[in-house]
Amino acid sequence: MRVDGIQNGIVIDHITAGKGMKIYDLLGLKDKEYSVALMINVVSNKMGRKDIIKIDSVMPIDYDVIGYVDPGATVNTIKDGKLVDKAALKLPKKLVNVIRCKNPRCISSQEQELDQIFKLTDEGQQIYRCIYCETAAKQ
Amino acid sequence: MRSLNNILELSVEEIDELIKTALDIIENPGSYSEICKGKKLATLFFEPSTRTRLSFEAAMMELGGNVLGFSEATSSSASKGESVADTSRVVSCYADIIAMRHPKEGAPYVASLNATVPVINAGDGGHNHPTQTLADLLTIYRERGSLNNMTVGFCGDLKFGRTVHSLIQALSRYTGIKVVLISPEELKLPSYVKKDTLSANNIPYEQTTDLESSISQLDILYMTRVQKERFFNEEDYLRLKDSYILDPDKLVTAKKDLVIMHPLPRVNEISVAIDADPRAHYFDQVLNGKYMRMALILMLLGLKREV
Repeated sequence: MRVDGIQNGIVIDHITAGKGMKIYDLLGLKDKEYSVALMINVVSNKMGRKDIIKIDSVMPIDYDVIGYVDPGATVNTIKDGKLVDKAALKLPKKLVNVIRCKNPRCISSQEQELDQIFKLTDEGQQIYRCIYCETAAKQ
Repeated sequence: MRSLNNILELSVEEIDELIKTALDIIENPGSYSEICKGKKLATLFFEPSTRTRLSFEAAMMELGGNVLGFSEATSSSASKGESVADTSRVVSCYADIIAMRHPKEGAPYVASLNATVPVINAGDGGHNHPTQTLADLLTIYRERGSLNNMTVGFCGDLKFGRTVHSLIQALSRYTGIKVVLISPEELKLPSYVKKDTLSANNIPYEQTTDLESSISQLDILYMTRVQKERFFNEEDYLRLKDSYILDPDKLVTAKKDLVIMHPLPRVNEISVAIDADPRAHYFDQVLNGKYMRMALILMLLGLKREV
């Protein structure tokens, strides 16, 4: 299966197979007006299988969202058909309004105007904790 | 400006300093009786906790300061929908320091981010209650003369018992600590506390459901109440509430210098027959809590007794 290259836009590549949909959802791509291609289980020499997202616009990207879901992914920015930026990602130290605290006893469940903030507390285990109640986020 | 949300925000040296100040207050109460003259403590209690509120208020009064506040959410602007952030900003205009109790976890932290005066977490849901831990540490120190080298048994609700989690965290920074966790299966210590605190600090621990067989090795026995308000399901609460009741028969094999503690209030988990036993120290904890709150108020306000 082939999806044409893009002239001006963003390619999120090397996404671990199965995580593409989560990135697609968290970036809110279904609500965008421009074309977006989500490719799942693409054959990859390096990874075996991978997911790819192609966005037909140089939109502002929340790198923290992608880094949180899959720090191994890469973000390529294409302008006039040429690769102008290739960003490797890492686990963000802090997530703001990316995920919600699931603890019903957390103050953020009562006061909806509070930002949902999580901090990376264990890089090895990729554990993020709510800054208010310290509940760990489920990946 | 400094607040206190979690016991681990205090270094071991700062805890030593607080204990030193508390012991000095006990020795020289008159020297502290006007040290907070002109200062006001606001006790913002969004859920009732008579003993903690009275302890903070008594602490401030004995330092010569004044107190204002409310004892339940219905008598505050929260009942009109005001946020914790706004309440803490407003109260900062009236008081020099705030003690906040809230049923939602993290509420005092939100307050500390918005207040312009120090905020003390006086208990937030099942999360933290650092001044109870300070009371516990002073009690252990006064009874044993040290916070090192002891076997500490925690009994009862180890799942929702925030006082247990905080005390384990605090003790994990001392040497020679061994922990015995005694609870029904459903109320075992959460695995993240075991992993992040006990294992991470190489604290040896054992888990058991049997209080009687483990009591003889203990230097400290920390009893807890199965708290009805932490359960969503009353059936589970009724099934588990009488799991452990400490009575004189269970103390037969206990050490002569065992220190029996309980954060109070108790329901029936410690028989009143034990109250007269010299090993019972749960009412000492109450008094020690007031002294440590006095020491903490002084630290956060940057006040010291002039020698």
